[in-house]
Amino acid sequence: MTLWIWVLVAAGAAYLTKLLGYLVPARVLSNPRMSRVAGTLTIGLLASLTVVNAAASGTAVVLDARVGALVAAALALWLKAPFLVVVIVGALAAAGLRLLGWP
Amino acid sequence: MTLRESPAARIGASIAIATGLYGVSFGALSVASGLNFWQTIALSLLLFSGGSQFAFIGVIAGGGTGVAAMSASALLGIRNGVYGMQLNALLRPTGWRRFAAAHVTIDESTATATGQIDPSEQKRGFWVAGLGIYLLWNAFTAAGAFLGDALGDPRQWGLDGAAVAAFLGLLWPRIRAVQPAAIAAVCAVVTLLAVPLVAPGVPILVAAVVAGLIGWFRHGATPAHAPGHVGDGLEPDIEPYRHEGGTPRPARPGPESAGRDRVGSDLPGQARPGQDALGQDALRDGEAP
Repeated sequence: MTLWIWVLVAAGAAYLTKLLGYLVPARVLSNPRMSRVAGTLTIGLLASLTVVNAAASGTAVVLDARVGALVAAALALWLKAPFLVVVIVGALAAAGLRLLGWP
Repeated sequence: MTLRESPAARIGASIAIATGLYGVSFGALSVASGLNFWQTIALSLLLFSGGSQFAFIGVIAGGGTGVAAMSASALLGIRNGVYGMQLNALLRPTGWRRFAAAHVTIDESTATATGQIDPSEQKRGFWVAGLGIYLLWNAFTAAGAFLGDALGDPRQWGLDGAAVAAFLGLLWPRIRAVQPAAIAAVCAVVTLLAVPLVAPGVPILVAAVVAGLIGWFRHGATPAHAPGHVGDGLEPDIEPYRHEGGTPRPARPGPESAGRDRVGSDLPGQARPGQDALGQDALRDGEAP
């Protein structure tokens, strides 16, 4: 039930962020520092989310089949595979490694 | 010009089809990460920003709290506010249209609009891409969530590996220059160091603070192409305004659009001189300046 609340709060925050952009006067928006922070924040968050999903298990750093998925996905991206293919390659790598006995 | 003849509308439609399909992966990963079917649907209907949606479920999957999930999602959505300012200046929507425009303001609709020169084409591109992606992203989220629910143990199918791949896929197009790559590396290391020390979900917020500080204090340290360099989880296969050697050229059309002779030839893909980074940048694969 609490998760529902955070789903709705996140949705509200997302919409307000978007709307705020439409409502603030133009000169405030053209602040280059704001768009710079938005840019670095996006990169930092995505890098962090990748690492957490690949190697964190609760409060422990573990190396399991997900690391294989990370490597396989990187290879697919390097070969310029489209997003959906990259996701499927990641799934196949993790599932395959588990079949071979990796945790 | 009718909508059928509009190059911007065609681009918007191509992007909508290409990106809407990714809703399948979001839906399946969301139920695998512990959200139920309707929570998954609610995220796509009400939050509607792929990167933020993936961030939310990524934190939950890692055992993080709802607060941490919401925070990561909200922070990742900040760039949509920047898009909103640009689109407001570009499209000048009034009345209820402004509120509707805000909801469908994402990487793809912004890129479609800002890649056009003619104001009415900008409008058409924005609305066709925004509304088209909204419809398809939600339809395919439902399909993915339904399938994911029926699959059983997500680990057996490697769905946790799919989530890792999805995040790397969102990050990848942004790290084509040294500076963004360095920011990504620093944040990855910070995250690894923080994982054993703080509660699940918090390492992501620590990394966000570090990234934000880098952006705030280091002038010129930004990826010059961010935040226009998109990738929102609703990421298209096609690059409508791909640059080569700094010269914008028309799109490589998506697989569903017929060749570039149909879409590309009359495409006003050239950015205006002096246009800001958002308009100048390619959707994906854009060369770093």
